[in-house]
Amino acid sequence: MNFEILFPSVLNGLTTGAVYALVALGLTLIYGVLHIINFAHGASLMVALYAVYWLKQRFGIDPYLALPLVVPGMFALGYVLQRGVINRASHGKDENILLVTLGLSIVLENLALMVFKSDTRSIETAYTLTTVPIGPAFIALPKLVAFGGALVASALLLLVVTKTDLGRAIRAVAKEKQGAKLMGIDVDHVYAMSFGIGLACLGAAACFLLPAYYVNPQVGSGFVLVAFTIVVLGGMGSFAGALAGGLLIGVVESLCGLYLGESLGQIGIFVIFIAVLLFRPQGLFGAKA
Amino acid sequence: MTRDLIGVGAFALVVLGLVFASSSGVWLNFLMMVLYATLLAQAWNILGGFGGQFSFGHALFFGIGAYVQGIVQVQFGLNAWLALVLAIGVAAAGGAALGAITFRYGLKGSYFALVTLAFAEVFRILAVSVGFTGGGVGLMLPLKESAANLQFGSRHGFIVLMLGLVCAAFAVTAWLRHSRFGAQLQAVRDNEDAARAVGVDPYRTKLGAVVLSAAFMGAGGAFYLQVFQYIDPGIAFGPAVSVEALVGAIVGGMGTLWGPLAGALVLHLMAEGTRNLFGQLPGVNLVIYGALLVLIVMFMPRGLAGWVKRRG
Repeated sequence: MNFEILFPSVLNGLTTGAVYALVALGLTLIYGVLHIINFAHGASLMVALYAVYWLKQRFGIDPYLALPLVVPGMFALGYVLQRGVINRASHGKDENILLVTLGLSIVLENLALMVFKSDTRSIETAYTLTTVPIGPAFIALPKLVAFGGALVASALLLLVVTKTDLGRAIRAVAKEKQGAKLMGIDVDHVYAMSFGIGLACLGAAACFLLPAYYVNPQVGSGFVLVAFTIVVLGGMGSFAGALAGGLLIGVVESLCGLYLGESLGQIGIFVIFIAVLLFRPQGLFGAKA
Repeated sequence: MTRDLIGVGAFALVVLGLVFASSSGVWLNFLMMVLYATLLAQAWNILGGFGGQFSFGHALFFGIGAYVQGIVQVQFGLNAWLALVLAIGVAAAGGAALGAITFRYGLKGSYFALVTLAFAEVFRILAVSVGFTGGGVGLMLPLKESAANLQFGSRHGFIVLMLGLVCAAFAVTAWLRHSRFGAQLQAVRDNEDAARAVGVDPYRTKLGAVVLSAAFMGAGGAFYLQVFQYIDPGIAFGPAVSVEALVGAIVGGMGTLWGPLAGALVLHLMAEGTRNLFGQLPGVNLVIYGALLVLIVMFMPRGLAGWVKRRG
């Protein structure tokens, strides 16, 4: 396979991977740190995408300018969902968290179906079709912006978790819930904050994603297993790992699609996922537990 | 054990009575689908409820059962009853293979859940991509209506067949409650290290549970194909079947004998009720269904069986 075909494919994979990374960043906090298997992650992404779509269609707000609206909005939704519904309904049992988030995703997907019908929708912006030449390849401008957004978002998250009091509290709760409680940390609040931050990441992901993508009520389901794959691949709770894992998965998908054909493109992702779970469950970049 | 089996026998008689109580198509269909959902939930319960191994990808075994049932009939002209035996056998072998891979590497908890989901997804993509499954178009079973071909003219035949499968699943579950193997399985679920310390082999125990669970799930898949005469990769290996199995078991009460029946019945009543009330508005019925699911978990954290026990 020659360079002229391989290079655009890898580049395309990297930009797709950046979007995957954005979706996975939120999940690495929720699943990787707090060990909540959030089945509603995909549905939450779908909600954020519809929010971006609605702001654009109703008020003409550009998706990138919608960031300061959608990100806090998704944060608030996450905080309320975790504190008001998931925490209250789950009684701290894993299987119940699973059922509650499953129920939530059914509710969210069908609310979207009621309001927006099942049509697939996309938006048009002045830059949707703009491309930028990189070497022998051309890359869509929105994908390049998403790539930059993923880098900034993971850096911000890393900063929050390592440098702020909230970040220390999150890490303390993740390591030792009882101990954290005894030190005066409000565990329920920390859980809800983490869940809120996780969904805020999806808000950012939606703003970067929509100019080059589409939205329908089922759009989130395609991202769920991919996001879990990236979280495990990158090492639970590692933001740098999620970023690297996302990019890697994007490239793997793109190359599998190139060599094995379109329909088998995603199989590489899941084979890698199974192999990592079996042979290196701490993730490619995680420390040995 | 005897008491449980008497209960199962009584249950079978009641269902047979209900089958012949009315010949309304809606009623018979409802009965059949509740039994079918009970089989899936009980299959999941064997591994998830008694073994504590949460699978998100039980559609894997369902899909294997359905595709084996279809492929050996369509491609090799095998009799449908023989195909059913083969489908159950291959699904059980699939369970053994999955268990051998995952349990050997000590995957537990959410890791096991995710790896089963990933395996189901791999099989879904393969079923779309290879030729002998009919690809994305799906696999159609030609209509040859006769009991010898496992294609009954009326719902009665299917219900009796499904009742037999459900009773077999109940009998195995009753056996798990009272046998040495069942006690070992529950010990591994509650504390694997302690179980190993008293001489239980957790690997072999969990392997046995996944084989049993997969066999019943495969039977469910084969049954689905015979009734609807069509299967495609999304139905066979998609998340809907996995979700139906685990939701029925958890809502009903994990690790109990009758929980999966209660869960399947209540969930189907809920689904039918909301569909009849709001069927003309797309989405509304499922919004209510999802909300009720959250409420059941909120107020009955041990499932219906646990709730009844606490009241009674």
